[in-house]
Order: sequence, then C-alpha cells, then structure tokens
Amino acid sequence: MIGNWQAPLADGSKSEELLVSFDEDRRTRLLVLPAWFDEANKLRRFTVEVMRRLDGAGLDSFLPDIPGCNESLAPLDDQTMESWREAADAAAKTFAATHVLSIRAGALIAPQELSGWRYAPQSGRKQLRSMIRARTIAAREQGLQETSEELSQQGRRDGLTLGGWDIGPSMFQQLERAETEPSDTQVEIAQSTVGGPGLWLRAEPDENPEQADALAAIVALAMSDRT
Amino acid sequence: MSITPASNEDDDHSGIGMSRVRIDRELKSVISDVLGIDPEQAAEFTPETGLFGHLPELDSMAVAGLLTEMEDRLDIVIDDDDVDGEMLETYGGLLSFAEAKIIEG
Repeated sequence: MIGNWQAPLADGSKSEELLVSFDEDRRTRLLVLPAWFDEANKLRRFTVEVMRRLDGAGLDSFLPDIPGCNESLAPLDDQTMESWREAADAAAKTFAATHVLSIRAGALIAPQELSGWRYAPQSGRKQLRSMIRARTIAAREQGLQETSEELSQQGRRDGLTLGGWDIGPSMFQQLERAETEPSDTQVEIAQSTVGGPGLWLRAEPDENPEQADALAAIVALAMSDRT
Repeated sequence: MSITPASNEDDDHSGIGMSRVRIDRELKSVISDVLGIDPEQAAEFTPETGLFGHLPELDSMAVAGLLTEMEDRLDIVIDDDDVDGEMLETYGGLLSFAEAKIIEG
C-alpha cells in the first residue's frame, strides 16, 4: 500500500515520490489529488481514511505525492502550476486512473479528461490570502510590520515563504489567478453535503470518521450507479 | 437549553441585514469549527472569554483561517490594518469588530 512512483519535473528529469495506494486491479481506479500546503497536513489522515473506505467498497485508489509536497525531496520553490498539472497527468497515466477525486485546491490540477469529484474546491487566491494573512499576523506578534500588499509584490517578484512553504514567483503569480474551471464531468461535493465543519478549518490536524464515511459513500454510490 | 432570557430579536424577519443575534451565532460557529469544540461549549463564550494568547491552538495560522472564514460567512472584507491585539484578545472584541464591519460594509 506504501510505494513510490516516478513524477516528471519541469526540467524533464524524474523525481521518485511516495505513493499510497489500494490497488487490486479493480475496475474503478481513482486518482486522489490531495489538498495543498497547510491544508494538506490537516486533511492527510482524512484523505487516507476515505481511501480505506473506498477500498472496502471495492474501488482502487492512488494518492501520489506531487513534487515539492509531503515527503517529496524536490524543492517546492521550483514547482509551478504547470509542473503540478503535468505531475497529476502523469500520475493518472501511470496508475491508469479511470476517475479523479480532488481535495480542496487539488481541483486546480485535476486532469480535465477524467470524470470524478471535487471535494470542497478551493481557489488559489483564497488559499494564498489565508497564508499571507497568517504571515502578517505572525510578523506583527514579533513587532515587525509587513503588509499583505508588500508581501504580494515580493511574492510575484522573488517568491515568498508562507507558513514554512517556499512558493516560487511563478507559482505565486499563478495562484493569485487560479480558479477551478467549471466542469461537466467533475462533480463538486460541498462541505455541507459531507456534513459538519471542514477539517481544514481546524487549528490542529484532526480526523472525523463520519465525514470520511460520507465522502466515501458519495463516491462509492455514484460508481455503483454507473456499473 | 439556554438559561438566558429568550430574545425576540431574530434575523429571519429583518430586512436590515444581519442581526446581532445572528452575527453572534455565526461567529461562535466559526470559532467552534476552528477549535474543534462542541457548539454548546462555544455558546457559553462571554464577551470576556479570552481568545488569542489564551487558547494555545489559536496560533497565527489558525487565526488567519478564522478571519478568512469570517469573511466568507459574514460577507465582510478584513484588511491588514483591522487586525490588532484588541480585536483578537477576547470574544467580545471580535464580536464588536464583526458588527462594526457589517455595518460599515
């Protein structure tokens, strides 16, 4: 269930990345694209718990590390939205994915040609806004003055470290504009459908079996309707 | 189950924007979501209840998430200059801030 995969990098080379999978060569093979940055940590356990339930429901699923994320050794500040999209496309091909489940900002890089689901999709702009705000608050606590506007300019020009994540200038500029594209084939699953507060809001990483049950049930039921 | 006197003030019939009762309810809901505490526990917050600096979970990242969620649910925009120690120190401070923002908006 823990393995690795070869992710493409922007310079044409490959990077060996971690893969969590439930692969029994079943008909449905779901690519899972996790949430980003701080939200990735808060939703990690939840994401794997959803996969565990999907496995029980007879679905294969694949959660690849994208270069620069989670256990990856590739520098995050070299990554761009394009390089992440390429990595997601490559992952879909490598695992012969039939569907995709993206979590939060993961929706921004979900391969368009796969049908599937977007759980509580998040725009790049909002993701960035929250991270920049965290930095200005932390700076103020230390008696430093940093404004969102100055930090944004710096981010566009040189890149910016936000909450410990080194975001390169290209990624920064792309995040400011990144919105989830409307999709006929990737269905949005709102948090209100799953029930309860989103775990990404929590100050500390947490889990919630009921929410994992609900999200897995939505996906598993939709698949059983199609077969 | 509240022992406080029932309030007649409710937002459902009001045409003048969000009532204080509703702002209070939404704000407590955001805080309980961020801190992962029961809504009943958040319902017991008083204006004097300490927030930033009193609750160890509420670090700068969590506060940023809290403010962003407040923007979404209360339909307000919070600027850098709005964020100061006073506003975040107690529940009452945060509630007054939210009310002022909604009136201003």
